Amino acid sequence: MTTGTIMQAPTDNPADDASAAGSAGPSPLRRAARWWPAAVLLLLFTAPFSTLPLPGLLDGPPGSPGSLQLLALCMVFGALATGYDLLLGRTGLLSFGHALWFAAGLYATDIAMLELHLGLLPAALLGTAFAVLLALLLGSVSLRVTGIGFSMVTLAFAQAGSILVQRDPGGLTGGEEGRSVPADRLPGALVGIGNTANLYWIALGYLVLTLVVVHRAVHSPAGRVWEGIRENERRVEVLGLRPHGFKLAAFVLAAALAAVGGVVYLLVSGGATPQAATSDFTLSLLVMVVLGGSGTRWGPLLGGVLYTWADHRLGDLANSDAVRGLPAVLRVPLSQPLFLLGALFVAVVYLLPGGAVRLPARIREARAARSGRSARPERSGRSADRTDQPDQTADRTAGGTTA
Amino acid sequence: MDTVVLLTLTGLGLGALYFLVASGLSLIFGLMDVLNFAHGALLSVGAYATWWAADGHLPGAGPDGAGFLLSVLFGTAVGTAAAVLLELALIRPLYTRPREQVLATVGVGLAVPALLMAVWGADARPFPKPAALSDTVRLLGAAVPADRFVLVAAAAAVLVVLRLFLGRTRHGLVVRAGVEDRAMVTALGIDVRKAFTLVFAIGGAAAALAGALGGLYFGSVSPGQGTSLLIFAFVVVVMGGMGSVTGAAAASVAVGLVQQFANYYTAAGLGDLSVVVLLAVLLLVRPRGLAAAGAAGRPA
Repeated sequence: MTTGTIMQAPTDNPADDASAAGSAGPSPLRRAARWWPAAVLLLLFTAPFSTLPLPGLLDGPPGSPGSLQLLALCMVFGALATGYDLLLGRTGLLSFGHALWFAAGLYATDIAMLELHLGLLPAALLGTAFAVLLALLLGSVSLRVTGIGFSMVTLAFAQAGSILVQRDPGGLTGGEEGRSVPADRLPGALVGIGNTANLYWIALGYLVLTLVVVHRAVHSPAGRVWEGIRENERRVEVLGLRPHGFKLAAFVLAAALAAVGGVVYLLVSGGATPQAATSDFTLSLLVMVVLGGSGTRWGPLLGGVLYTWADHRLGDLANSDAVRGLPAVLRVPLSQPLFLLGALFVAVVYLLPGGAVRLPARIREARAARSGRSARPERSGRSADRTDQPDQTADRTAGGTTA
Repeated sequence: MDTVVLLTLTGLGLGALYFLVASGLSLIFGLMDVLNFAHGALLSVGAYATWWAADGHLPGAGPDGAGFLLSVLFGTAVGTAAAVLLELALIRPLYTRPREQVLATVGVGLAVPALLMAVWGADARPFPKPAALSDTVRLLGAAVPADRFVLVAAAAAVLVVLRLFLGRTRHGLVVRAGVEDRAMVTALGIDVRKAFTLVFAIGGAAAALAGALGGLYFGSVSPGQGTSLLIFAFVVVVMGGMGSVTGAAAASVAVGLVQQFANYYTAAGLGDLSVVVLLAVLLLVRPRGLAAAGAAGRPA
């Protein structure tokens, strides 16, 4: 019985794949396309001033408060997923307790403002410090076990946190209803629906911060060790390094990013609710990461944005006239965003290993395959790295004969 | 005294539910290394199928007597079919990718409760209770609801059947050998994948039965019921040792009792808290962990 396989199954890295393809023949167009993140960032900077209607995508123009809040939420969750992937995709740690750090930052900041009457900045610092200390403590304990045991320990700790929040100890967390943020403690520029744009800027700042921190951490010497741990922890030990410290560093860094995300979420959503502490929250982060593409630079962000957008907008789709006219067999499933997301997730796991960021590379491969034999040697060389495809088909036929 | 008796039997009833969920979970994990996050969804499917049948949609089934029994059978059958479908359609094609198998079950665990919610609404539905089970039984001075005894009896029956199946039949032998060393069983020329479908069917049946009986215990069915039971089932699986049915039985009794007594004698909610903390502590004092316990080879 090898529980280790669950953890150590190498996640193929689409980023490597893409860069390999790029270096094979960098056309000017391809090189220019590399600057697309800057273009997207520029687009995000203009969003609060935009009145261009995007029917279907957003309810109103991007500059309207409702749309800005949704965009801010999308960015917060995109960043949260990126932070979570530091554990899942970069270090190979399947943690089921990430909601705990998010909720710790969220609730500790809110409670510090409500009970200790602190201003926003001291409260946020206190909340983040609390979450980081908690992560340091629980992380060093839970990282003593590996594999599925680690997943279970983190799940248990997070569940304990979730129960605690729901039970409302001493009237601190507000139980089922949660607690809203005290408006009189916030700076005036963050209060009121007219100031949604400022929340948007904060969310954008958090997103950029997360992307920069994750990028730098992954390319630091420690990041190399994380990659090694993901591929083969035993081998890292043989090299004379102690994985525990490196794993703890990744754990605490991811927790700190999640705690800051909790603070930003508190501002954007205007309060703390117990849903933030549930294991469902962690599972949704997991779904986002895998949907977009685990272990890649943009995948988790893409997944987080897609998931959050779909979760909010698909509800409106269900109430639209087009869906209302459908027969019940189609209408009923379409009315539940979570059903569609769950089904989409299964489809991605099943059909598109590596996530949505993999799609362009897949299409390119398919086109190369069709364009004839001249592309054959290069293509076969690359597909030799990824053994999942032939294995899968072989297994499918084997499964078909035994069924 | 009467409080202790009532708490004990309620704890045992809860433990019976945990056992029904955890036994399948434990076998599936022991044999296939798949942590089945869709197990809670299977429970919900069983619960809703039973409720649907007892609500008068299935001819012959009803909320009372033999009709209720038929409803429970129908619910269990639907849960079993759902589990087999899950294994054949999603788990089997991902056989070479264990991590993706877990992810696929996470997706199903999200999608199925959402679908149930779409069809029957998010609110809990009152579960029909047969007249024979709505009475209380006087035992040692305590008035104990009769359904507690049904739960305990059903779990005991499942335990006995599972032990007989694992210990006395050829298929049970393959499952047991697979839990111990899957590669060796394959090397001996036995197709373990048939055993995979089999354990999924068994697990699905037990979970669906837990759904039907959980309806009795809680008095209602709701889409999220299975998922909330799942975490405690994980605790049971870990405590009992992965792949061990007898261990799961002992652990579920312990968890159910601890939870009930702690919830009653200390603050409400502290019982739930103590159980999850117990899980963490247990895993930490035995850092070699679950794999070692399973490989040491307790015979199911």
